[in-house]
Amino acid sequence: MDKLGIVYALLGAALAVLLAGAGSAIGVGIAGQAASGVVSEDPGKFAKVLIMQLLPGTQGLYGLIIGFVTLSKVGLLGGGVQDVPVQTGLMILGACLPIGIVGLISARAQGKTAAAAIGIVAKKPEQFGKAMLFPAMVETYAILALLISFLAVSNIQI
Amino acid sequence: MAVLQMQRISICALKKDRKAILEKLQSMGVMEINHVLEDDEDFRRMDTANARSSFEKAAAAADRALELLDEYAPEKRSMLSSLAGKELVETTIHNEVVAHREELLRVVRQIQALDKEKAECKADILKLENRIESLVPWLPLDIPMNISATKYTSVILGSLPGMADMQDVYEILVEHAPDVEGVDVHIISSGQDMTCVAVVCLKTDEQMVETALRSKGFSRIQQETAKTPAQETEALDRKIQETESRITEIEQAVAALAGKREKIRLLADYYRVRADKYEVLGEIPQSENTFLISGYIPKKCVAKVQRVLEHAYDCVIDIEDVKEDEEPPVLLENNTFASSTEGILSSFGLPQKGEVDPTSIMAVFYVLFFGLMLSDAAYGAIVSIVCGVLIMKFPRMESSMKKSIQLFFWCGLSTLFWGVMFGGYFGDVINVVSRTFFGHEVGIPALWFVPLNNPMKLLVYSMLFGLIHLFTGLGIKGYMCLRDKKYMDFFCDVVLWYLLLTGLVLMLIPSDIFASIAQTEIVFPPVLNSLAKWLAIFGALGIVLMSGRANRNFGLRIALGAYDLYNVTGWLSDVLSYSRLLALGLATGVIASVVNQMGSMGGKSVFGVILFIFAFIVGHTFNIAINLLGAYVHTNRLQYVEFFGKFYEGGGRAFHPFRENTKYADIKEE
Repeated sequence: MDKLGIVYALLGAALAVLLAGAGSAIGVGIAGQAASGVVSEDPGKFAKVLIMQLLPGTQGLYGLIIGFVTLSKVGLLGGGVQDVPVQTGLMILGACLPIGIVGLISARAQGKTAAAAIGIVAKKPEQFGKAMLFPAMVETYAILALLISFLAVSNIQI
Repeated sequence: MAVLQMQRISICALKKDRKAILEKLQSMGVMEINHVLEDDEDFRRMDTANARSSFEKAAAAADRALELLDEYAPEKRSMLSSLAGKELVETTIHNEVVAHREELLRVVRQIQALDKEKAECKADILKLENRIESLVPWLPLDIPMNISATKYTSVILGSLPGMADMQDVYEILVEHAPDVEGVDVHIISSGQDMTCVAVVCLKTDEQMVETALRSKGFSRIQQETAKTPAQETEALDRKIQETESRITEIEQAVAALAGKREKIRLLADYYRVRADKYEVLGEIPQSENTFLISGYIPKKCVAKVQRVLEHAYDCVIDIEDVKEDEEPPVLLENNTFASSTEGILSSFGLPQKGEVDPTSIMAVFYVLFFGLMLSDAAYGAIVSIVCGVLIMKFPRMESSMKKSIQLFFWCGLSTLFWGVMFGGYFGDVINVVSRTFFGHEVGIPALWFVPLNNPMKLLVYSMLFGLIHLFTGLGIKGYMCLRDKKYMDFFCDVVLWYLLLTGLVLMLIPSDIFASIAQTEIVFPPVLNSLAKWLAIFGALGIVLMSGRANRNFGLRIALGAYDLYNVTGWLSDVLSYSRLLALGLATGVIASVVNQMGSMGGKSVFGVILFIFAFIVGHTFNIAINLLGAYVHTNRLQYVEFFGKFYEGGGRAFHPFRENTKYADIKEE
């Protein structure tokens, strides 16, 4: 039972990457459908809609960051695996949850917003700056979750 | 930092100078035409719609011809050519084009006609190919296809649906035309879908035979050629070849016209400019001998226009200030550094009447925050160098594009600065390389501190930067109130908030919660503590009492004031929003170290070095791209939502001067 700590920590890292990554995949997918529609009508807008499509992709990266920080924290990357008590392992697992869950949900929501913003770009390309802002609003909450996950993971003492 | 002051200019001149004055104004490009005159008996407007639309058509035809030329004889262009901007053309060349415009228009029409002919040729080929296809089943037939009879016999050529052999055909005839004798049936070809047959019978029996066959779905072929199918196919093939060689000729003919491309571009521009001129001509009121032209002009250009026009023509120029109820167009003027963020401002909205132009203040924060979010010295250097080279290489870049690239140049420098402060050079590449390939770890120490090791410190600083940003925004609001002499508003909406917020911040700093965030305890002298308390209380009370001052009902006024006090939460979330400065900076650093870590997995070997170089190039390119996007989006957001939210509305109308609005080339000024 004593050895379970590292398992919990790894589970946390996996959840952060997995949930946030899955969310980004969904979000980028949703936005990509809208982007393809626009490009089929007007290939000249490719660059603009591509940027829009990328916006929900950042949650996956945030998940990756937390996963990476967690792995290097418990020494899985350097080779020297630390002895992690169960309590610490669970704490790390808990610390990973914000970016995982918020990443999943916010990326999906951001994907939908990005798809709508791509509609703005299709009809009024000169309003690109404003259109980009709406998906960015959603992202704020992923950033907040990233921050808490990061601060928590990096401050847990092993 | 300014919105240029606009004035109304009205020019009244003689009709004989109309063309010359309009052209002069157009080439100066400093005046936006705007007429306030109502319809008048003496002044009429000219109908120029026809002339204008014919010029527009000519310009569109030239554009179309240019597209076709690009199709037939593509120009070699590098990926960056879209940055090059418009060419500068000598006046003599332009004049030559104008002189030969009819001839050039003929070339334009010729190109279009040739393209149309090519499309027709292609359609013809398709038709011919279909016909050859339909002849395939008949190829074994060796008599002319339009043959229908000899002296005594009839030849019936046609097809039966489905597969059939000679036996089947004879059976049909026996069954449905038992009286007929002496029928000769030939199966030309037989396939799944149809069977082609030639039936020879006596002329007298033709009717009966055909009726019999028809009952099984037989249909005669409709051919008018006197050749055998094989000959006909050959003839059709020849025709296809001829048409194809005609297409090649057309393509060569169009490609041969590619040399005229430059001139056609100038032609398109010439007609575009003329169409614009006629649009204005249609707007200006004209009497029998005079005309009047009126519009907005930046104050600093007035003298120049007066000098140029009054010198050369008989005219009266009247300058007046813009009236209270008018909303003049907005033109910004900033120094080189600040003007690079004008694009960012105008995509939010230009300043409304009465608002100040926040560009130069915004530019400082924009560049600062952008650098903080990217915060890697090497990335910053790359961005700056690329942008610098582009600006040097394409001096005639289109102005809004140039401004954006300039902006990224400055942002790159700021990124470089923060990277040095935080010790980020491609993340931790120096440490990783020295550890993996040279055995002992070296690195460049951060000038200030490493955020990854001390995120709380940067979090506190991020919020401090945010507070400064927000206070600056509130300060601009205060400045506008003072400028408009709204002292009451200045006190209630600005000063009271400053007092409340400063008090709250001062109360927060010595508290436990702040100590745990900042990891140092700060103890204020008791005087400051009680001052903070009183500032906050005074501010809060003032806001409750004064915010709803427009209302006479005292209860409602207090309620509105209390509701306004609730905005403190808005300030809290605004300040917290600046935590993204930390988060995005961390994202760049951590992803960069993930890339480096992956690259170093091959260890100290030849393969390891190759892997490292590969991972380095791909990974860091990706990281720069994604984080540039992130930094751009979130810096914009901090400006638009947090900063502008404090004082700025936007919604001004951009200045669209009457000028030579060309698409391909500018003409050198004499």
